Amino acid sequence: MNAPLPAMEEQESGRAIGRLAMLCDLSGALHLPEERTLVVADLHFEKGSARAGRGFLIPPYDTRDTLARLEAVIARLAPRRVIALGDSFHDRHGPSRLGTSEREALCGLQRGRDWVWITGNHDPALPSTLEGEVADAIEIAGVRFVHEPGVGAGPDADGNGAAVREIAGHLHPVAKIVARGGRTRRRCFAMSATRCILPAFGAYAGGLNVRNRAFAPLFPGGFMAHVIGAERVYAIDSTLLRDD
Amino acid sequence: MPAPPDDQLPPLFRAWFESRGWRAREHQLALLALAREGRSALLVAPTGAGKTLAGFLPSMVDLAARPQDRPHALHTLYISPLKALAVDVARNLEIPAREMGLKLRIETRTGDTPSHKRARQIERPPDILLTTPEQLALMLAHREARALFAGLRRVVLDELHALVTSKRGDLLSLALARLRHLAPELASVGLSATVREPQALARYLTHDPEILPAIVTVTGGARPDIRMLESERPLPQAGHTAASSMPAIYALIREHRTTLVFVNTRMQAEFVFQELWRLNDDTLPIALHHGSLDVEQRRKVEAAMIAGKLRAVVCTATLDLGIDWGDVDLVVNIGAPKGASRIMQRIGRANHRLDEPSKAWLVPANRFEILECRAALDAVEEAAQDTPDMHPGALDVLAQHVLGMACADPFDADALYAEVTSAAPYAGLDRATFDDVIRFVATGGYALEAYERFARIVRGADGLWRVRDRHVAQQYRMNVGTIVEATMVKVRLGRRSAAGAPAGRGGRVLGEVEEYFAETLSPGDTFLFAGEVLTFHGLSEDSALVSRASAGTDPKFPSYAGGKFPLSSFLAERVREYLADPGSWDRLPAQLVELLERQRRRSALPAAGDLLVETFPRGGRHYLVAYPFEGRLAHQTLGMLLTRRLERARLRPLGFVANDYGLAVWGLRDLGLQAARDKDFISELFAEDMLGDDLEEWLEESALMKRTFRYCAVIAGLIERHYPGRKKTTRQVTVSTDLVYDVLRRHEPGHVLLRAARADAATGLLDLKRLAVMLSRIQGRIMHESLDRVSPLAVSLMLEIGRESVYGEAAEEMLAEAEAMLMEEAMS
Repeated sequence: MNAPLPAMEEQESGRAIGRLAMLCDLSGALHLPEERTLVVADLHFEKGSARAGRGFLIPPYDTRDTLARLEAVIARLAPRRVIALGDSFHDRHGPSRLGTSEREALCGLQRGRDWVWITGNHDPALPSTLEGEVADAIEIAGVRFVHEPGVGAGPDADGNGAAVREIAGHLHPVAKIVARGGRTRRRCFAMSATRCILPAFGAYAGGLNVRNRAFAPLFPGGFMAHVIGAERVYAIDSTLLRDD
Repeated sequence: MPAPPDDQLPPLFRAWFESRGWRAREHQLALLALAREGRSALLVAPTGAGKTLAGFLPSMVDLAARPQDRPHALHTLYISPLKALAVDVARNLEIPAREMGLKLRIETRTGDTPSHKRARQIERPPDILLTTPEQLALMLAHREARALFAGLRRVVLDELHALVTSKRGDLLSLALARLRHLAPELASVGLSATVREPQALARYLTHDPEILPAIVTVTGGARPDIRMLESERPLPQAGHTAASSMPAIYALIREHRTTLVFVNTRMQAEFVFQELWRLNDDTLPIALHHGSLDVEQRRKVEAAMIAGKLRAVVCTATLDLGIDWGDVDLVVNIGAPKGASRIMQRIGRANHRLDEPSKAWLVPANRFEILECRAALDAVEEAAQDTPDMHPGALDVLAQHVLGMACADPFDADALYAEVTSAAPYAGLDRATFDDVIRFVATGGYALEAYERFARIVRGADGLWRVRDRHVAQQYRMNVGTIVEATMVKVRLGRRSAAGAPAGRGGRVLGEVEEYFAETLSPGDTFLFAGEVLTFHGLSEDSALVSRASAGTDPKFPSYAGGKFPLSSFLAERVREYLADPGSWDRLPAQLVELLERQRRRSALPAAGDLLVETFPRGGRHYLVAYPFEGRLAHQTLGMLLTRRLERARLRPLGFVANDYGLAVWGLRDLGLQAARDKDFISELFAEDMLGDDLEEWLEESALMKRTFRYCAVIAGLIERHYPGRKKTTRQVTVSTDLVYDVLRRHEPGHVLLRAARADAATGLLDLKRLAVMLSRIQGRIMHESLDRVSPLAVSLMLEIGRESVYGEAAEEMLAEAEAMLMEEAMS
């Protein structure tokens, strides 16, 4: 985390959905430079304390770890707006379990910029004590921002046959690459000309292989995986990826 | 020790021995005399010496002297590493008890015992209870433990040598400490096969290193009749199937009454079983026994074996330990023996009579294994032992024990510390670390004290620690034990769709395989399972989808890691001596001598303490191969560290592979050329300082370290255990330990669980200890051969390439390569 950051263009892998230009950032966030907007999905704050409540005392550092990485990418890209694409908190009571320093760190990130909490299945309602706007979905430049892909927008094609343009989270995509000599499994963005599914940003958020049957119906024309490596994002066609 | 006279035995017992035409053996009487003095004892004896009877005789004599109408109370506890062994010993114990008319209640308690019976055993215990370390831990965590064990007189620990070097041994040592506390009159008796250091083993039985138990040693026994099978056809350079030796093995089975065929892995067991049946024109009853088979099926095989209905059983280490299989008159060991003591144990399975020689054949599966078999034969001849060293007690196991103690009774930390440090493995535990473990059990032990309200144990106003609620105790019971099972996936037959690939869901389930094994398979790979050749099509949710391969398909052996046990240092040294000394080659078969001669001509053979390093190009890659003979685990670690160094030197390594004998690193740059330019290149590459910063840095991100951490996290109760049958999708609900590890090392690198994982890494999956000894041995003793092509010795390594996970920059290269492949496709 402390290594000097390479030049920005090496950290990102970019394309567009409709008129909306976007870059897959090495951090796992989606950057919309023209909108000066940063999108992150599935932060799962306070997943650690949720498990602790069930008797499994896993390290309580997940929220601060996630916040530190979020802080780093916000400092680097200075967005005017941040959109958290749902499941920002691991459960309904997550916000009330936030530690004091984590709460302050979050407020610090929100200060001076717009903040949108999209609701997710883990956090269908968010308390008013949190700063920021709460919405089920929003739209920017004809693109819908929603937690669960393909939900609430009707069929994938609208009545006129034009594709729904959507940016979502929920599925926690990861890609498995097997090549001569070995295999590796990494978080990734799943992206087509009309849809982008972001990787989970949360420290304790697991992953679902993009070859899982949950993805195929969302990408009838196939998709590219923008795979997060150590120093850059690699664009790899989904047909080259492997099942778990 | 002077032989006590036979009249030590009460008349009832003497009469029983006489009725069988036996005389009590010296060591049996010696244990009886020690028991009369209330002393603990360690009995070291080879198989067939009547160890078990020696262990129980004092209990039976004592119980027989008591009024027969007394209420039953727990008098003797017997602990075995295997539940099948506990059941078997109970059966053998019933016979003398019945024949002497003793009104003894002898019962077993294992994971298979129904819960109502277990509850009854606590309320109305038997006189003698035979059980396992895990069940003992569970009983000690019971609220009634104090009453249950207060009158316990003896604890008999069977196969102690096999228990003590593992985490199960740590768990058992803590249980023993607790038993000594609950039952002040307790005497401990250890039963062990021949070991290298009996003193260390005796220390395990006592709380006080100043008062060691008596050691009773039985020597002698007939020399085993053990030979190596020399195959007529030349053996392959690599592979572990021993396919060409099957007719000879089948002939041996025909010539003997009952044969045990030992192999190192389940996959080998499947293969050998199938091959033997292909040859089985006489339809001899030949059975299969390994850990992945259904329990029912295993029980059937065991029962048939005891009833003398089988002519042969193909088995893995599941049958290593001392179950009395009756009439076994031949042991065949296929593949490398890995350790001298291990092979002697296996050989001991044939013929349980001390005065008759055990008969065994060693069957090497490739040419390298000939060397290992030869070295093992020498060791058996000299009765040399290479049982592993004992190690300091693991902290994750201690955490589990502490929670168990709180479940039983509120505890005082000072008293528990005194008790824990009376257990041999924990004698060196400092108080600060112990307190860290207590804090871990209570609230996770994090510097950020966020979990006070979730505490599992809390300290009351009386200063005693107690469990918060029943839910915690239940969680403890779900997690007890130190064996962490690999995650399993179902093997499911898929129906074929038009495209030829299986349609997925709904097919019949054939059984389960380890997830890591399934992950190494590529679609189209064939493998053996439950005696059938299957074609792998892919993983889906919790299943590996397969179809039956067409008749006559040869199963490809895609993954063989040499089994769980790496080559012992002792055998490794013998192997190196053979390589170095052509004068000794007359003891080796011609095909191996031919291989070694060719190696000497084409490259070199290292002197016994030297390290041979070869470099050569092949298929557009440049290879560096080294042969330390230090076992797969140490080689994997070395491979990882060498890869790091090469990365730093901008030599762009792409990957490496390791087996028990050596390792190969490959990349795009010519390493031979580099060595020619810089004469210190090779020696610097293998410099000892790689165990400093390089190691620290690498450990942080190592997949093996993560796996080690996972085992610790499960044992310590940090995360849930995976139980067979639970759906794989639970992964999304629970938290991957890899992620926990990453977060913990970033935020609290000194956490007690990371310390536990690092300690395990030193002796466990990373075998750092052995690597360190090797690196210091070879300084200034490296011979480098720059070759124009692969050497005869290197072939076995080259054949293992392609199945390992890659790390660090090599993984990055792979990603870039996948990306480039797409570009190529797009441009063409």
